[in-house]
Amino acid sequence: MLYRENGQFKVSYAEDQQILPIVQDRWFMLALLAFAYLVMPAIASDYMFLSLVTPFLILAIAAIGLNILVGYCGQISLGTAAFMAVGAYAGYNLVIRVPALNFIVVLVLSGGIAALFGILFGIPSLRIKGLYLAVATLAAQFFVDWMFARVKWFTNYSSSGSVSTPTLEMFGWTMDTPVEKYLFVLSVAVVMTLAAKNLVRGHIGRSWMAIRDMDVAAEVIGIRPLYAKLSAFAVSSFYAGVAGALWGFIRLGAWEPLAFNINLSLNLLFMIIIGGMGSLLGSYFGAAFIVMLPILLNQVPGALGIEMSTALASHLEAMIFGSLIVFFLIVEPHGLARLWQIGKEKLRLWPFPH
Amino acid sequence: MDKVMLSLQRNWPVVLMFVLMTIGAIGPLAFGMSSPGFYVEVLLGGLMSGVMYSLVALGFVLIFKASGVFNFAQGAMVLFAALAVARIAEVVPLPVAFVATIAIMAVLAWLIERLVLRHLVNQDAVVLLMATLGVTYFLDGFGQTIWGSDIYKIDTGLPKTPMMVLDTVFEGGILINTEDLVAAGIAALLVLALALFFQKTPTGRALRAVADDHQAAQSIGIPLNRIWVIVWTVAGFVALVAGVIWGSKLGVQFSLSLIALKALPVVILGGFTSVPGAIIGGLIIGVGEKFAEVFLGPIMVKQFDLAGGGIENWFAYVLALLFLLVRPEGLFGEKHIDRV
Repeated sequence: MLYRENGQFKVSYAEDQQILPIVQDRWFMLALLAFAYLVMPAIASDYMFLSLVTPFLILAIAAIGLNILVGYCGQISLGTAAFMAVGAYAGYNLVIRVPALNFIVVLVLSGGIAALFGILFGIPSLRIKGLYLAVATLAAQFFVDWMFARVKWFTNYSSSGSVSTPTLEMFGWTMDTPVEKYLFVLSVAVVMTLAAKNLVRGHIGRSWMAIRDMDVAAEVIGIRPLYAKLSAFAVSSFYAGVAGALWGFIRLGAWEPLAFNINLSLNLLFMIIIGGMGSLLGSYFGAAFIVMLPILLNQVPGALGIEMSTALASHLEAMIFGSLIVFFLIVEPHGLARLWQIGKEKLRLWPFPH
Repeated sequence: MDKVMLSLQRNWPVVLMFVLMTIGAIGPLAFGMSSPGFYVEVLLGGLMSGVMYSLVALGFVLIFKASGVFNFAQGAMVLFAALAVARIAEVVPLPVAFVATIAIMAVLAWLIERLVLRHLVNQDAVVLLMATLGVTYFLDGFGQTIWGSDIYKIDTGLPKTPMMVLDTVFEGGILINTEDLVAAGIAALLVLALALFFQKTPTGRALRAVADDHQAAQSIGIPLNRIWVIVWTVAGFVALVAGVIWGSKLGVQFSLSLIALKALPVVILGGFTSVPGAIIGGLIIGVGEKFAEVFLGPIMVKQFDLAGGGIENWFAYVLALLFLLVRPEGLFGEKHIDRV
């Protein structure tokens, strides 16, 4: 009854083109933002911020980046964590070597360096497609893993190969409590989501989708695959790089080589598959799912009063994780975003289904 | 003669690639970086590990050919099979354990077809890839839950002592592991048997028909579901052989499931759909990796002041990537023709 567009007329181009054309959606989004900015800091504990909400937001940014590449441009990548690593180490080196830099500048520069790296490893996509490309992107993953573990310059000659970040300061504001970190990450996520939304519904996004749907046909109608594919790689790696820097500085604080290994890449891919490919909302759903699932699975045996060894618990967790992924793929291969869409459609017609 | 020139003109990047690879292969010897004996030893070591990679890659190729599924779970299957053999062999003799594990892998194949693949017909390749990733997680957890997660031994009863050969030809001779030789022999036999199976038996013909065109195969009465079970069983069998060989060499432990990652560059180098590609790709990757580690690694460490070598972790991938840049379909892959 409440959720429908009856009586909402679009009388100007601006109204026709807005991101959320239905007024109820706009109110919902405003309420969500108000909740995230005002209510969350009041009700959530430090533990929730540190191990749930902040990682969720950072991974959502990375998932949006991957979704741009895989979901919108159709280039499968198994090496997102590599681009995150590039962002994290670029940020670390910038902060260490140029301490005067504002952290926001550092974030943008880390993203930019990751984007250059992404373009480099995106060049093969001009020749190889599909699963061959997916495997080829693993080259980026393993090369980057090796590079940051072995080339001493990147870790500032630290003897163990691990790095630790200084406290973050910007505009005279020291960011050290979990709530402050959360608010900062939230703001970055909001800005980057908005940017991504505008990218994918504009000219560039349409050329990506054309390439995804059929690259030869896209080329015939005048879309240059070189620009479309490489820009997708660049934007995607930019997002991954920013997410990597946030992950390193805010989530981890100090990290060892291989903190950004292939498991992280695969988890990100799970996020966009479970959340929904080609959907920004889906990136958030998927990130929430993947962040919360292990924590929930950890709680279950304790809640049921079953004692088990940690090894057994971790094996069971892997089993359940694997089965849930297969289950989700079978039940809804288009992801949680599709379920959300179906729900909204049902709600729009309710209570008169015809 | 004209024909040769024409094909040379068309395929010059491939030719260039092969020339470069040849230089890489004979370079260490030509530039006097190693003694001939040591060179041959490294070469043989590379070929041996190449055979192992080929075995794992074969599993990938078989499944991809028949069902178009890129089976990420091959490594998990290797680990699962090796664990099963190792634990069952603790109570019964090894051959019995081997046969029992074949049965287990067949059941596993049936379950995968029944519970996973059957529901995902006609989905995107990436969805199928993710499904096999889910299977990977499940198998890793399941295998270690029921078989245990320690390091186990498989005793094949082969002598592990190195053998000295050709000590009359080279100074110091060449050390060869008898076990490695037998393993290479078994791998070769397996490949031969698979080739015969694919070419000569009715089931093999059906498998090839399915690989060619699912719909056409189904319309002439080939049962797709049964074919998938068969091909996953065969892949499970290949995984079992690979698991036993690797397991007796390195011990059965979780890291076995990671060798599948080593086999991925082999698959893209050789082409997803080519059995000979998997073999030759495996040999190229095995030798290239060893050479890079032994001859290129120290140079890089010295030049760039690295904290140790380890370039074999990515060398195979970068090699495969460069190769795909000049020849996108791999060594023997089917040429891809785009139609709108």
